Amino acid sequence: MKKYSNFNATLAIARASFRSIIRSPSAVVFSLAFPLIFIVVFANIGGSGVTVDVGVAKTTDTLSPVYLALKGAKVVHLITDQSADEMAKSLAKGNIDAIIDVQKNNAMPPYTLHVQYTEASQQKGGILKSLLQSIFFQINSRGNTIPQPVAEIKETTVKGREYKYIDFILPGMLGFSLLSSGVFGTAFVFLSLRLTLVIKRFFATPVKKYSIVLGEALARLVFSLLGALFIIMVGHYAFGFTLIHGIVTVINMLVLAALGLIIFMGFGFAISGIAKNESAVPPISNIITMPQFLLSGTFFATTAFPNWLQAISKVLPLTYLNDAMRKVAFEGAGLNEVTHQLLILGVWFILIYAVAVKTFKWE
Amino acid sequence: MAEKPIITVKNLVKNYGDFNAVKGISFEVYEGEIFGLLGPNGAGKTTTLEIIETLRDKTSGEITVDGFNIETDANDIKQVIGVQLQSAGYYPNLNLSELIKLFCGLYGINKSPMEMLEKVALTDKAKAKYKDLSGGQKQRFSIATTLINNPRIIFLDEPTTGLDPQARRNLWDLIREIRDAGTTVVITTHYMDEAEELCDRVAFVDGGHIIGIDTPNHFIDELVASGFERKKQVKLANLEDVFINMTGKEWREG
Ligand SMILES: Nc1ncnc2c1ncn2[C@@H]1O[C@H](COP(=O)(O)OP(=O)(O)OP(=O)(O)O)[C@@H](O)[C@H]1O
Ligand SMILES: [Mg+2]
Repeated sequence: MKKYSNFNATLAIARASFRSIIRSPSAVVFSLAFPLIFIVVFANIGGSGVTVDVGVAKTTDTLSPVYLALKGAKVVHLITDQSADEMAKSLAKGNIDAIIDVQKNNAMPPYTLHVQYTEASQQKGGILKSLLQSIFFQINSRGNTIPQPVAEIKETTVKGREYKYIDFILPGMLGFSLLSSGVFGTAFVFLSLRLTLVIKRFFATPVKKYSIVLGEALARLVFSLLGALFIIMVGHYAFGFTLIHGIVTVINMLVLAALGLIIFMGFGFAISGIAKNESAVPPISNIITMPQFLLSGTFFATTAFPNWLQAISKVLPLTYLNDAMRKVAFEGAGLNEVTHQLLILGVWFILIYAVAVKTFKWE
Repeated sequence: MAEKPIITVKNLVKNYGDFNAVKGISFEVYEGEIFGLLGPNGAGKTTTLEIIETLRDKTSGEITVDGFNIETDANDIKQVIGVQLQSAGYYPNLNLSELIKLFCGLYGINKSPMEMLEKVALTDKAKAKYKDLSGGQKQRFSIATTLINNPRIIFLDEPTTGLDPQARRNLWDLIREIRDAGTTVVITTHYMDEAEELCDRVAFVDGGHIIGIDTPNHFIDELVASGFERKKQVKLANLEDVFINMTGKEWREG
């Protein structure tokens, strides 16, 4: 007789599970429809606003007529509470549209305005440019008694890429998709296989326990990665999601997605053991997913939170997955540049699987 | 028939916590027979079967199945038995032929789904989901999954419960065919007419003990010889005969 192959048994389960997943409406809705709907909605909301965000360098002379004129301009939103470092980063991403620095000179002309524009926000830079020209024209022609100009402009443009809202929201949506598939999907499947005695029937065959777990995990992994790929492609081609190094970035994102999913499945395994019946799964799963959904920077940057909330978000695994995803996708970081995030995810992996091994039940 | 034991159970005891469900039973099942385990609800039939099937741990006792020891060779036993559980579900969202393929993978055996479904007359349901089958079709499908690995022994736990008289007879025919093909069948049932008709030998289990093992005929003869008589004179036919006569012999699902 042919030797029994655990590998083939694992594949048989993976194949069955994959078929079952793509035929179950909830999996498809949670993993694909929801994230895409959010992306469409937020990508359209995100780009609004006709204000030009202008960073003000700390060295600016805030009493100068140039500064006062800018302050009075309605379209200009002056940002004074960021450090030089933060401002430079924001400028490169196009989160602010320009940085100004007004300096008083001992010589003529009495004021010099240094403006840094960014390639990441050329349109708004253009608005500011024409605004500045009209301000200067007014100031310099005001005092007829003074023949010389009051101020001069020195312009530079920094290199950068526009950080669109899609660049923020898409990795968050991916994280959400992986989280719900990993936690809800895994918990439901293993609980129902256990309760409906499907697993018991499996045990009457020569299949090994690890084949069952591995087969299920494999199916979910393939399904979720295909879903992630689909979301990335739609984001890229329909909404201009930035993929710096193209295919390499996509592959890095998928690797991160796989790692994230494996961790989230650990929660699912643990929940399937704790829950007594199927109606107990959603509440327990929500306790795991909701805080991460809200606090891990899915919709808003965590920096917008008060400190005590930031402290919580700094513990959650999804925060680090989102963070790593954004670094990889937008900044073009390699996986070796997100080791800090990976390390914390690794700690979560060990923690959650230690719990899952304790709580998981076969019958 | 040469009486060669294929299953030997010696002093099997099973406790669930403090509860003593099986209290030291011993019996043998012979190769090629249909062996019935009979007894009231809670007698310990399912418990006993599932221990033999390696699905539950025993408390004590010795069991060999086709020469394999239950403790040390559970995996070998799984290869040579087919199991129908009293209540089992099948993987959700798959149709019958996909389920058969799944089991082929689990057993590491290459069989065409149609070949298996043909054995239980379900080829026209190949694309149907298990949950959409009638009760009788479900039982026939379960039996098909027990046959995938060409088992030496199959275990059927109440396969005919809830079936109409035609479906029951149809299943009896199927079970006899399986036996005639050389497979030993261990079955539990609450229908004594079924046991009388189908089983080569039966064991009565009550309260965790075996209170008798013999052929149905022998049990009946013994009882009659002891002077037993039915209170009401049996008519030449019963209501089941009427049912079959009125609704026709052919079973009608599908
Ligand atoms: N997992 C379990 N935990 C505790 N007690 C159990 C368990 N399984 C069965 N029992 C008890 O063991 C006894 C025998 O149960 P078993 O299922 O073997 O009976 P059975 O003969 O198959 O009954 P039925 O004809 O109703 O199927 C019953 O009293 C039952 O309550
Ligand atoms: Mg039973």
